[in-house]
Amino acid sequence: MQAQVLEGGFADVPVDASHAFRAVMTAMARPGEIFTISGAQPPAPLSPASGAVLLTLCDPETPLYLAASHDTPKVRDWITFHTGAPFVAAQNAMFAIGAWDDLPLSDFAIGTPEYPDRSATLIVERPTLSNTGATLRGPGIKNQAQLSLPKVQSFQDNAQLFPLGLDFIFTSGDRLAALPRTTKVT
Amino acid sequence: MSDYNFAYLDEQTKRMIRRAILKGLAIPGYQVPFASREMPMPYGWGTGGVQVSAAVLTPDDTYKVIDQGADDTTNAVSIRRFFQKTAGVDVTEATSEASVIQTRHRIPEQDLRDDQILVYQVPIPEPLRFLEPSEVETRKMHSLEEYGLMHVKLYEDISQHGDIATAYAYPVKVEGRYVMDPSPIPKFDNPKLEMAGIQLFGAGREQRIYAIPPYTQVVSLDFDDYPFQPTKADHACDLCDATDSYLDELIVDDAGGRLFMCSDTDYCATRRKQGHIGAQGVPYGEDAA
Repeated sequence: MQAQVLEGGFADVPVDASHAFRAVMTAMARPGEIFTISGAQPPAPLSPASGAVLLTLCDPETPLYLAASHDTPKVRDWITFHTGAPFVAAQNAMFAIGAWDDLPLSDFAIGTPEYPDRSATLIVERPTLSNTGATLRGPGIKNQAQLSLPKVQSFQDNAQLFPLGLDFIFTSGDRLAALPRTTKVT
Repeated sequence: MSDYNFAYLDEQTKRMIRRAILKGLAIPGYQVPFASREMPMPYGWGTGGVQVSAAVLTPDDTYKVIDQGADDTTNAVSIRRFFQKTAGVDVTEATSEASVIQTRHRIPEQDLRDDQILVYQVPIPEPLRFLEPSEVETRKMHSLEEYGLMHVKLYEDISQHGDIATAYAYPVKVEGRYVMDPSPIPKFDNPKLEMAGIQLFGAGREQRIYAIPPYTQVVSLDFDDYPFQPTKADHACDLCDATDSYLDELIVDDAGGRLFMCSDTDYCATRRKQGHIGAQGVPYGEDAA
């Protein structure tokens, strides 16, 4: 194991994680709004934002799916050392991370009618993130918001499943936004 | 304070609670099970709210705790001091200065901003529990959106009392899907559940977390011919003369003397500082309190 994988975690875990979680939570509560998140320096291609999300939410209790775009030995070692999250196939994952095109959307758990919370949260790495493009409406949004989404149709299909469905966190550099299953995308 | 981890709970517990909060926000009104921990206070004292607060607080936050609207009751003071000690956060009694507010059974009178978080202490999170004791059954009812029983209960209120007699913990439907218990807030507060701030609900003994994101549709259940009506004592506050706030009734002597005062102590004090004086009030600063 190279020394590099041992670095890049939170410097002050409880404090950095609390700030990171506030950003993730506010993003999930206000779909479309973009927040900055810091504290992690993971190895490429993981972005600092997705690294911070992993450090904040993942541990040995959260099976993680690593998409091909991010499945490098360094990334695996870094995630294992800092979180201990086991790597699993898509259908068993609580969290998934990767580029949009490498995430097999239909394979992930969408929850059950009695436990819709038993669904995967996908951390989608984006080249850029901006308040342009698709229009978002729904809980957490005052009137409407805009967010650069990879593919509108996928999110419309996902919202159809409500209360089941997937929840998304988009990351780019040190910025993130979120899109829960409740958001209606046009 | 270095004897405890920041905000008391260990990091793995906080991650577990944080994941539950995120799923709660993604499915508004749905009760997410979580592995509630024992806290250094008894069940019924807000262990659910305290665990949610511990998972949410950052060192930069300003924390306020109210119990039935009051900042100065034992429950509120002890929880406020708990996080002052274990998280080192600033504390306040002013609603406008707080970034995180933990509440037992009230929503502050002053409208919350979009940068504020309201954490509720919840005793019984399941709105159907007193109608159907089995968790297996109530979970099935939620999954099938089978809420007829709740309407029967409200109908029986009308047939017995001529009116919907439910005055607190009045059931609501969130975003047209889940029927939710807003915790035992008076139904006067129900219209405020549609707000700009993030609302998180924690039930420690029952091990459930749920949430309402900002600007989410929250409808109090009712009938076309018996519409929902928020109620309060038909009186003005005797200390600050407010007519728009929820009032507590106090018996003040052995001769049946009574006094109505705002249940929200910060709202009342703010009004009194502005010079409002109620029927039995004295100018702010001239009383013993």
